[in-house]
Amino acid sequence: MTFPAIDWIAVLPLLLVACLGVVCLGVGLFVDDDEVLGWGALVGLGVTFITTAVLIGQHGSAFNGTLVLDGYALFFDLLILAVGCVVVLMSMSYVEETGIGAGEYYALLLFALSGMIVMASATDLILIFLGLEVMSISVYILAGAWRTQMRSNEAAMKYFLLGAFATGFLLYGIALIYGATGATRIDVIADKLGGVIDRHLLLAGVAMLLVAFGFKVAAVPFHMWTPDVYEGAPTSVTALMAVAVKSAGFAAFTRVFLRGFGGLHADWSMLLWVLAVATMTVGNVLALAQHNIKRMLAYSSIAHAGYILVALTAGGPTGGAAALFYLLAYAGMNLGAFGVVLALGRRGEPHEEIDDYAGLGFRSPLLGAAMAIFMLSLTGIPPLAGFAGKIYVFTAAVREGYYALAVIGVINSVISAGYYVRVLVVMFMTPGAVDVVRASRRPYLFTSIVFSAVVTVLIGVFPAPWLELARLSFLSQP
Amino acid sequence: MTGNVLLSLIVWTPLVGALLVLLVPRDQPDGARRAAFAFSSLTFVLSLALWAGFRADTADFQWIEQGAWVPSFGIQYILGVDGVSLFLVLLTTFLTPLVILFSFGDITTRVKEYFFFLLMLETGMLGAFLALDLFLFYVFWELMLIPMYFIIGVWGGARRIYASLKFLIYTLAASLLMLVAILYLVSVHAHGAAVTFDVRELYGTVLSPTEQLWLFTAFALAFAVKVPMFPLHTWLPDAHVEAPTGGSVILAGVLLKMGTYGFLRFAMPLFPDATRAATPLILALAVVGILYGAAVAMVQPDLKKLVAYSSVSHLGFVMLGLFAVNTIGVEGAIYQMLNHGLSTGALFLLVGVIYGRRHTRAIADFGGLWKPLPRYAAVFLVVMLSSIGLPGLNGFIGEFLILLGSFAANRAATVFASGGLVLGAVYMLWMFQRVIFGPLRHEENAHLQDLTGREIAVLAPVVAMIVVMGVYPRPFLRAMEPSVKALVARIEAHDGPATRIAARVNGQR
Repeated sequence: MTFPAIDWIAVLPLLLVACLGVVCLGVGLFVDDDEVLGWGALVGLGVTFITTAVLIGQHGSAFNGTLVLDGYALFFDLLILAVGCVVVLMSMSYVEETGIGAGEYYALLLFALSGMIVMASATDLILIFLGLEVMSISVYILAGAWRTQMRSNEAAMKYFLLGAFATGFLLYGIALIYGATGATRIDVIADKLGGVIDRHLLLAGVAMLLVAFGFKVAAVPFHMWTPDVYEGAPTSVTALMAVAVKSAGFAAFTRVFLRGFGGLHADWSMLLWVLAVATMTVGNVLALAQHNIKRMLAYSSIAHAGYILVALTAGGPTGGAAALFYLLAYAGMNLGAFGVVLALGRRGEPHEEIDDYAGLGFRSPLLGAAMAIFMLSLTGIPPLAGFAGKIYVFTAAVREGYYALAVIGVINSVISAGYYVRVLVVMFMTPGAVDVVRASRRPYLFTSIVFSAVVTVLIGVFPAPWLELARLSFLSQP
Repeated sequence: MTGNVLLSLIVWTPLVGALLVLLVPRDQPDGARRAAFAFSSLTFVLSLALWAGFRADTADFQWIEQGAWVPSFGIQYILGVDGVSLFLVLLTTFLTPLVILFSFGDITTRVKEYFFFLLMLETGMLGAFLALDLFLFYVFWELMLIPMYFIIGVWGGARRIYASLKFLIYTLAASLLMLVAILYLVSVHAHGAAVTFDVRELYGTVLSPTEQLWLFTAFALAFAVKVPMFPLHTWLPDAHVEAPTGGSVILAGVLLKMGTYGFLRFAMPLFPDATRAATPLILALAVVGILYGAAVAMVQPDLKKLVAYSSVSHLGFVMLGLFAVNTIGVEGAIYQMLNHGLSTGALFLLVGVIYGRRHTRAIADFGGLWKPLPRYAAVFLVVMLSSIGLPGLNGFIGEFLILLGSFAANRAATVFASGGLVLGAVYMLWMFQRVIFGPLRHEENAHLQDLTGREIAVLAPVVAMIVVMGVYPRPFLRAMEPSVKALVARIEAHDGPATRIAARVNGQR
């Protein structure tokens, strides 16, 4: 047996992150200083980010073409690595304050990121499964990383049990699709769709995959775990879940459905239409009723998955590019919002009720302004990133003739204004007394918040280059 | 990007000022005040330069700036001014420094944030009046929303949170539907070819009657909420009553015009067939708004609410003039937009003055103010007479032109609307009588301070403009005429009966 030739370029980002994780785990045994470990992870991720950015324009494939380095993979690699850097920044003071073991925390974080990179680069269902498992298992543990907190334990347990269920669906779907097409490679499946004899088998497989991906991106009705897990998990892990896990899920989702099952668009688009409407509506309406900011952001992240599903429903290059761009815009504003949630907490006092934000806007203007930017961007107010993202999603829907979907989408935006703006009302228009730890005591966290705010404004005001990036990345799939 | 940058300077100067105001240290509110006043005054001077360089002999857009923004989506940065937007821009740049000057004494907490939002609001308003790219327009349109929301919500009265949220949700809901309509319109216009949001090109889009009707409805809803047209007006009294004086002045003076301007610039010329089809309904709603607004204003015990409802009535007249769809009616409508901005803006300032002294706005708490406050009463008298349309003051010109144009288009509506004029005189004069005339019923009012120098400095320019525009309307009408004619021609693309009437009216002039 000959070992297949490996194009090292194709696996370089993955290799770097995975090795970094192993190193972190090993060093964590001997080094007790949380900050040193954090810096190590940050610098390592930064180096990986730069290395990956240098690879832009290159093409490569490894493991018999099941793992590729195309523009699409690079787009998500860079997004995931950037999110990883910000999450590490946010975690620095948090890990120390909560007493979470820094070595295994950063190691698991890096393993999760490497799983996500596999999901973004894989062009084979089996490999997507592998990536998804590497990511999920790491995140299950991370959700329970705060061992002394009951909520954290519960979150990990819940996430694990329901996640295992979703994994079952994924595997079953892959098996059915293999049975129908005789292939697990996405491009091969796409070619064979026309000649499939047993369409029912194929469609059953597609539906199974839809369930599995729906679970990972928290689409209704597979969202039940989201609020509890998001609320219970350590906030930095919640940020990772809400942004990076969702992006990786959509990376695989989009590639499999738009590239692999693009030929079946007529079959699954109706299903996705219903999912999109349900996800947006349920997410937004339930978010209205939340008093805990993490739960609110959990439902908000469900709603945003719904907007991305609108783009996938529209399909084609426009829909694909819109989904990619939306994920980019969503990453900045959502990370920032979780950053503010972290900033409000302090040792032993999480301050996670929305009422805790009373008066924050004027007492701590920097946090107030940043949170205002994030909330308004999530609502979709121009000229912020969230608005640009929604525009392209709805444009894609209108272009493909999904008018009702676009109208339902904007109605949902209005509903969402109800709870995002309520945060502003509390922050700027009601008096309150919760004190915030001074910015100078948590420089990393505040850096990450300011960075997210700048990105949110920048993408909103100058969306053109980012949009072009998303478009080219989507089109670069082999 | 083409040669001149004057419009960009006008639009962005306030925002630069807003950001600089934020940098002023918190313990120096006077610095923030002066900086805000300086930047808004600079904007006003720049807009005067625009007027000086404006050519009144063409209907084309002038001072055009054009550049790519999001090329792959055909979104451009296009600014341009014509006879319709010129005076609305001037109204905005004229009122903002006055409001800032007035707020020197009015706003004492979170001073720099207040001026930050006020200046940001000015950029939003100016951008919305000057944008010729539908997408850019939409961005500015929504950009206005947030500062106004904060101004009402942070510096407003007791029910400010309710009022600000209502204002936000109403406007947001209506404008997001317009967004979908914009996307649809653009995709139909592109038809596989290059996409553009340039409104000058979109004007020619061929749409089926059904499409026109749907799109017109979406646009009209967004604009009707802003106008506000009956029955979508309910946010207005709440917002006005709770807003601080400066917010009320800007809201009444400029923001409401955004709705009527939107009809004239976008909804009507983009969808001419639907406009004609919807005219009876809109006229009916306008007449109901005129009469209803006036009737409700009459029974208000609160001065600010009275002025707020009078806005509903006055804006009904503007809609009446616009949907007459002839040159006289539309010119009258634009003129009335400016009048309303001046006179209602001044009324809110005047209410703000006595509220600042007495902390009440109830009509019953006043009476006989002429004696302690002679200067105040004199200014109030002029503004009040302007509002009811006394010949010689600006209100008369606008209302007269509107009725003239409207009479040619729809007699019945005009006859009913005229009833609103009578009611308008009734509620204004009655209010004036109860507040200013009669014996001094309340001892507290005997020693109120008359207008201060700063307040006179704020009100004098407005009163001067009220008189100038009432005596010498020609330069205003002459500058807007070519653009209005072109717009009317665009709406009257087909030679229907209304065109002939309009032609006859124009011939008579």
